[in-house]
Amino acid sequence: MSDRWRSLLEKICIPLGALLAALVIFGLFCALAGANPFGVYHSIYRAAFGSWSSFQNTLIQASPLMLSALCTALPARLGLVIIGNEGALVLGGLAAVAGGLTLGGWGLPTPGVQLGMALAGILAGGLWIAIVGALRHYRAVNETISSLLMNYIAIAFLNQMVNGPMRDPASLNKPSTFPIPSEHMLGTLPGSRVHYGLVLGLVACGLAYFLIQRTTFGFAARTAGGNVRAARVAGLPVGKLTLAICFLGGACAGLAGMVEVAAVHGRANESLNANYGYGGVLVAFIARHNPIAASLVALLLGGILASGGILQRAHGLPDATVMVFQGIVFLSVLYSDSLYGKLPIFKARPPKVRPTPPVATATLV
Amino acid sequence: MATEALGWWGVPLAIVAGTLRGSVPFLFVSLGECLTEKSGKINLGLEGTLLMGAMSAYAISFLTGSPWLGVVTAGVAGLFLGLIHGWLSQQPRVNDVAVGIAMIIFGSGLAFFLGKPFIQPSAPQLPTFSLAGWTQIPQLESALRISPLFILGVAIAPLMQWFFRSTRWGLLVRAVGDSPDAARAMGISIFKVRMASIVAGSFLAGIGGASLSLFYPGSWSERISSGQGLMAVALVIFARWNPIQCLFASLLFGGAQAIGPAMQSVGIDAYYYLFNASPYILTLLIMVITCSPKRTLTGAPGALGQAQE
Repeated sequence: MSDRWRSLLEKICIPLGALLAALVIFGLFCALAGANPFGVYHSIYRAAFGSWSSFQNTLIQASPLMLSALCTALPARLGLVIIGNEGALVLGGLAAVAGGLTLGGWGLPTPGVQLGMALAGILAGGLWIAIVGALRHYRAVNETISSLLMNYIAIAFLNQMVNGPMRDPASLNKPSTFPIPSEHMLGTLPGSRVHYGLVLGLVACGLAYFLIQRTTFGFAARTAGGNVRAARVAGLPVGKLTLAICFLGGACAGLAGMVEVAAVHGRANESLNANYGYGGVLVAFIARHNPIAASLVALLLGGILASGGILQRAHGLPDATVMVFQGIVFLSVLYSDSLYGKLPIFKARPPKVRPTPPVATATLV
Repeated sequence: MATEALGWWGVPLAIVAGTLRGSVPFLFVSLGECLTEKSGKINLGLEGTLLMGAMSAYAISFLTGSPWLGVVTAGVAGLFLGLIHGWLSQQPRVNDVAVGIAMIIFGSGLAFFLGKPFIQPSAPQLPTFSLAGWTQIPQLESALRISPLFILGVAIAPLMQWFFRSTRWGLLVRAVGDSPDAARAMGISIFKVRMASIVAGSFLAGIGGASLSLFYPGSWSERISSGQGLMAVALVIFARWNPIQCLFASLLFGGAQAIGPAMQSVGIDAYYYLFNASPYILTLLIMVITCSPKRTLTGAPGALGQAQE
């Protein structure tokens, strides 16, 4: 086993081990709360991946997570910790509704309206996070805190719009915008309930990976992320890079908002603010800001989210159980980051020592 | 609202009253965050601590009938969350901002999980006393009621200032936050000092949570916090890591939060939701104005947010 393989194994084993540890801790927690942990594991598995029908729910939950994760993962390659996903998502959704209603009102055909909604979402989310990047670059405002504050401002703006200028008077209990006409909604993949948002999410993750790993733009961003001063000396336009990568990240979260509006809710209201933003931050960190890994982690987290209902019904656990589980997974994965290069199994060895085979089999399980 | 009968005079009165009520959680959380950041670590997870404090204070007050026991329990709940944050955020290559977000999810999840049975029942509240006992106007009397926790917070601010300036322990905290290498050379355990600061800061944030559920708004629900724990980080920057200025910043933020409801009470509700966002907009504006790429902020601990080896 070469060092390359060993390092790859380490990258796979450590997150899996962290997930396993999180499962054990969560099991103990459930046992303390009076539920049978194995019953809970079984329910989560069944609700997430047990049947084609439940797996479709997982896929539906995973698509906005994939897109929203990129809002953290892309700027992270430039060394920025941005958690403004929720705000960009909310504004993207709001802009998509505004665009959809306007273009639909002009009588455009469905593909035109959908394209317009996507562009509106992308622009709104992208510009929103680009502001964070601009503040970072020109005013040295901490990007984590500014993006966090901007989440609250975006949500207040959403509430203002759906309670004021954009309100549909027919929506009494839950103030909402006017609905997007059903013929303009995003369709579902043939033979399923899963909407095209999943395709958008997978394509965006693939493109993001290609952009970061295989293009000069990505190389420049990674260089600047590694050492800003060296990047400046090498003549890289750090400011433009910051703005561009923040725009792209925000655009993905904005697109997530558009998907939620145009495929799930049909209108913008407070349901948009459903924690896909913070879920996306979680996904990006677990995936160590790798877009391909993010799409897989989004599936996993989507499955956990999809199991919220069944935990309540079958085990009498409150709906916040899912949140506790998320928190434990996140903490455990963060701790596992400190284990890289520490575990003796994965350390590079003198060539004469044969690596132990059980390690390889353990990862395949 | 008692202020309605006063007409337009109700607006400034409602803002003053809102300041006295709404600034209490800000005060405790920002003092806690100030102590934490002075030692060189950021604790973004105080939002989770605040919710956990609010829930445990309410639950214990309901179960035992003693709100003061609830306040102490809230502090202890904060202490435990602080232990997790303090230990985890000091592991090598672990980002303290990321740990903070994880602690928000974990802490608030735990608070909602354990607090589910306590949403309906009403728990005994902390006693309050009025600043306006001399007046005959009942609206004024009820608007100017303050909590003993407010007094406690106001007292802690100068105490903490004194702690940083004039005590040996305060110097240790500042040394660890400003120059960990120098502190290590002096033989100080950076881990222990930071752990103590984070845990003590979380204790204060937990008490801030108790003020939410046992004073104002005075109930327990999943929407009880409006992000005070998250804003603490921005508030401490605004206060330049100075406990006395944390006090003034908390008053300002408490007041800003009261603008929306105060305007609504006199019939101006056109921009109600945007007014509610005014504390966040204010913080962002302040940061944009005070930050500069050419120099670091005065008062910022030297090692704040830097990765440790």
